[in-house]
Amino acid sequence: MFDFFKGFGVTFSTMFKKVVTEEYPEDFPPAAPRYHGRHQLNRHPDGLEKCVGCELCAWACPADAIFVEGGDNTEEARFSPGERYGADYQINYLRCIGCGLCIEACPTRSLTMTNFYELADDNRQDLIYTKEQLLAPLLPGMEQPPHPMRLGKDEQDYYVQGPVLARQGVESDPVGEQVR
Amino acid sequence: MTTTETETVTLTIDGIEVTAPKGEILIRTCERLGIIVPRFCDHPLLEPAGACRQCLVEVEMGGRPMPKPQASCTMTVADGMVVKTQHTSPVADKAQQGVMELLLINHPLDCPICDKGGECPLQNQAMSTGRTDSRFVETKRTFPKPLPISSQVLLDRERCVLCQRCTRFSDEIAGDPFIDLLERGANQQIGTAEDKPFQSYFSGNTIQICPVGALTSAAYRFRSRPFDLKSTPSVCEHCSSGCASRTDTRRGQVMRKLAGNDPEVNEEWLCDKGRFAFRYLGAKQRITRPLLRDESGQLVEVSWTEALRVAAEGLLAARGNRGIGVLAGGRLTREDAYAYAKFARVAAGTHDVDFRARPHSAEELAFLQTQLTPTVTFAAVEAAPSVLTVGMDLEEESGILFLRVRKAVRKHGQRVFTLGQWSTPGVEKTHATLIKSVPGAEASVLRELSVGGELVDALSATGSVILVGDRAAEVPGLHSAVAELATRTGAQVAWVPRRAGDRGALEVGAVPTLLPGGRPVTDAAARAEVERAWGVTLSAEPGRSTDEILAAAASGALSGLVVGGVDPHDLADPAAALAGLANVGFLVSLEIMTSAVTELADVVLPVAPDAHRAGTYVNWEGRHRPFAPSLDGGGVLPDCRVLDTLAVEMDVDLFTQTPSAAAGDLDRLGPYTGTFTAPTERPGSTPRPAQVGSAVLATWRQLLDDGALQVDEPALAGTARAPRVRANAATAERLGLTEGGQASVATDRGAITLPVELADLPDGVVWLPAHSPGSQVRSTLGVGHGALVRVTAG
Repeated sequence: MFDFFKGFGVTFSTMFKKVVTEEYPEDFPPAAPRYHGRHQLNRHPDGLEKCVGCELCAWACPADAIFVEGGDNTEEARFSPGERYGADYQINYLRCIGCGLCIEACPTRSLTMTNFYELADDNRQDLIYTKEQLLAPLLPGMEQPPHPMRLGKDEQDYYVQGPVLARQGVESDPVGEQVR
Repeated sequence: MTTTETETVTLTIDGIEVTAPKGEILIRTCERLGIIVPRFCDHPLLEPAGACRQCLVEVEMGGRPMPKPQASCTMTVADGMVVKTQHTSPVADKAQQGVMELLLINHPLDCPICDKGGECPLQNQAMSTGRTDSRFVETKRTFPKPLPISSQVLLDRERCVLCQRCTRFSDEIAGDPFIDLLERGANQQIGTAEDKPFQSYFSGNTIQICPVGALTSAAYRFRSRPFDLKSTPSVCEHCSSGCASRTDTRRGQVMRKLAGNDPEVNEEWLCDKGRFAFRYLGAKQRITRPLLRDESGQLVEVSWTEALRVAAEGLLAARGNRGIGVLAGGRLTREDAYAYAKFARVAAGTHDVDFRARPHSAEELAFLQTQLTPTVTFAAVEAAPSVLTVGMDLEEESGILFLRVRKAVRKHGQRVFTLGQWSTPGVEKTHATLIKSVPGAEASVLRELSVGGELVDALSATGSVILVGDRAAEVPGLHSAVAELATRTGAQVAWVPRRAGDRGALEVGAVPTLLPGGRPVTDAAARAEVERAWGVTLSAEPGRSTDEILAAAASGALSGLVVGGVDPHDLADPAAALAGLANVGFLVSLEIMTSAVTELADVVLPVAPDAHRAGTYVNWEGRHRPFAPSLDGGGVLPDCRVLDTLAVEMDVDLFTQTPSAAAGDLDRLGPYTGTFTAPTERPGSTPRPAQVGSAVLATWRQLLDDGALQVDEPALAGTARAPRVRANAATAERLGLTEGGQASVATDRGAITLPVELADLPDGVVWLPAHSPGSQVRSTLGVGHGALVRVTAG
C-alpha cells in the first residue's frame, strides 16, 4: 500500500535534485579535455604548416579514413619547413572512428584532436573534411603560407628549438585544443 | 666449361649441410637455404663489393674459426666450411647489430619525408637486426639536400650508406660512370663531376636499386607511399624489347613504373624512357570521347553510337566506291594488330593494310618474310661470340639489348661490329668496331666486307648474330646484303624493330603480302585456310604498302582510310603522306591522342592506351609478352573492340570483341609452315660525291626525343642528349663550320639549325638526330638517311 507513495516519492524527490539533462544545442557543454573530437592540422608559430605529408596517419588509420598526398616545397612556394609538405589532406568523418591512432603516429605533432564533436551533416560529401577545413586558424603573429621560414634557416631550427621559439612567439601555444 | 659448372662443394650453414656450386658466394647459398642474411651492397647482377659490411657471418675453415666475422657477400663457398649466421651465432648477431648502429650514426631520421619510407631495406633491416637505441648522441653530419645530379635523379647524401650499388651499376652495367665516391672518411659521399651531370639513359635503375632513400626520382617525389599503390605487372610499350615492368597506380593514375625481374628479357633493368615516360596517359592531347567532324569542319564530341554509325556509313560508301586502305601503326598489341588485319580483309575487302609507319621498302617485306620464325633470343645474343648491328644504334634504339651486349662484352669479350657512321656513345661503350659507311652506301660496304676478312672470320664463329634494325629499310639493297653475309658466315639474323608492335603486327598479317601466321597472299592453299576460318573470299593479289596506300589516297584511287597510331611525320615523305590523308574521301582515325591524322579525320574513335588495355606484345625475339590493364575504367576500349563494333555496323563480324577473343580467333589459324626466300636486291646507286657546300645526311632517332609518348615529361627530357649537327673535322672545315658554332642543314623544303659537334664521321657526311627538339628531319627537310643536303655555317 505504501508502494503508491513510494513511487510518487521518487518523482517528488527528483524535483529538488540537480538536473542531468544537457540543454544541447542551446547550451554547448565542453567535452572532456582529452576527448577525441575533430582533428586539427597545427601550425608552427610563424604560420607554416607542421604537416610534412608523410602519410603515417593514413597508414595508422584502421578505418582508412585519411587521404594524404605529399608535395614538394620550393623556394617560391613554401608551406612547411623542410622539403615536403602535405599538398592534399582529407579526413572522411563517415569512416573515422575517433580512435586517435593517427595523432599517435604523427611525427611532427601536426595532427591533434580537438574536443569539437559536432560532426553530423545531411550528405556524405560535406563530411569529407579537406585541408582548408582541418588547418588550425591563424593566430596573431602567424602568416598565411606560402612564405619563407621565419624562425630559422632550416627545418632543424623549427624542430630542435621549436619549444623555445614557440615561447618567444606572441601567442605561445598554437594548438588550440579547446574549440568553440 | 661443363666440368667447372658441375663442380660442387659441401659446407655447413647453421648446422644444415648444403651442396653448392664452386664459386658461389656465401650469401647466395644462404638464400637458397632460406636463410636471409641482411645486406645492402649485395646485388645479384652486380660484382661483389663488400662495401656495407652488413652481411657479417661467422666462418670456420677446416676446424679453425676465422678470427673475425666475414662478409658473406664477398666470400665464396669452400669445401668443409662451417658457417654460422646471426640465427645461430651470437658473434655474427652482435657484429650485424654493431654495423647497423654504425650505418645509422649519420643516417637522418628522415623516414617521414623520405620517398623510400615503407619500402626501404634500411628501415626493414634496422627493425629486424638493429638495436632499439643508439649510443650515439652527438650531432649528425649533414649535407645540403636534395642535390639534383640530373633532372630526374635527386641525391640525398645524408641518407647514403655508401653501398656503391649506384656507382657499380653505372660503371659495370650502363657504362656511364658519371657518379662516384668522393672525399674520405666521414665525409665520403656520392657525387658527380661539376661539369658532368648524371646523363645516363639508365639512371632510373639506380633509384630502384638504392637500398636507402639516397637516390630518389624527381617525377615520383612525394607522390605516394607503397601502401597507397596498386601494383600490376606490365610490359613496357616503348620499344620492341618487351621489358617486364611494374606499374604502380593510385586513384586511377599511374604514379611510377619500376623494372620487373625477368632474367630472360630485361634482367632487372629498364631504360629511362620505359621507366619515366607515362604521363602521356593524362596529357591534354588525350582523346577519350568519339569525335565527329561537323558541317563547319570542327571536331565535336558525339556518342559512340553516332560515331560508329557515321564511320560505318562512310566506310561502306568508300568500299563501294574505290576501296579502303588500312594503316595499323607500330604500337599495337598482337590482338589489336590482328583486328586491323582481319578488318582490312573482311570488312574493307582488301589486302591494302600495312603496319609500317616509317620508311619501308618492298625489299624489307621480302626480308621480313624470312624473319617470321625468329631464332635469336636475348640469351643467344649474350652468348654470341660476335655480333654485327646493321641499321641500328643499340643504345639509342634498343636500350635493354644494348645492356645485354655490353654485359657479353664485359663477361666474355664478345666482339661487336657496328655498321654506322660515327662512334656514338653506344658504340664506344660496347667497344665495338665501327664499320664506317657513307649513308646509303651501307649495302655496298657490307658486300665488300662479305668477301672475307676480319668481319667474316668473326661472324663465322658458331652462334654469331647479326642484328638488323628497321632503319635498314632506308638503304636499298641492305637487307639483301645482310642475307648474303648470313649465308656466307652462318650467322643468325635477328630483326630488331624500334616499336613495340612491329613484330606482332607482322606475325598476324597486318602487311599487304601476308595473312595471319605468315601465310602468303599468293599461296592458294594458305589463302584457303584463312578463307575457311573467316568465311570470306580473299583476293590472290597482294595489297599496297603504306606509301602506296597514301599515294593512292592522294591521287583518288582510294576512297577511304582507316588509320591507327600512325604519325605521318615518321614516314619517308611526310608531305606526301599528309596529302594522302587530306585528299582521301573518308578518313577514320583510331587514336589515343590528337595527332596530324586526327586533325584531318572525319571520325576519330578513341582507343585505350596500355594502362587501360590487355594484350600481348611480341618482342623482337618473337616472345609473347602478355599484360593486363593496370587501370580500370577510363571509358576507352582497345582497338580490337572498336574495330569489331565498327565491323558489326558494317554488317560483318570480326569476333575480336576482347583481346582474348581475338587471340583465340588468331590461334585457331596457327602458323604457316612454308618457307620464304631471302631478297636478292642489288645495292642502290652509290652515294653522290658531296659538292661544294653540301653533304650526305646521316640520321636516326635518339632514345629520348620528341616522341609522341614522351609528352609532359620535363624531368625525362632533361636527360636527353642535346641535339647537335655532327661532322668530322675535315668536313667541318670544308663547310666552314666550327665546333660549338651553329650550322644550318637545309633542303628545298626547310632548314635545321643546331650547334656543331665534331665526331668521326666519314668525309662529306653530316649527322642529325631524326626527331629531337629543333631537329625534325623528315618533316622539316622532307628527306632522310642518305640524302644530299646543303650545309652552311650560322
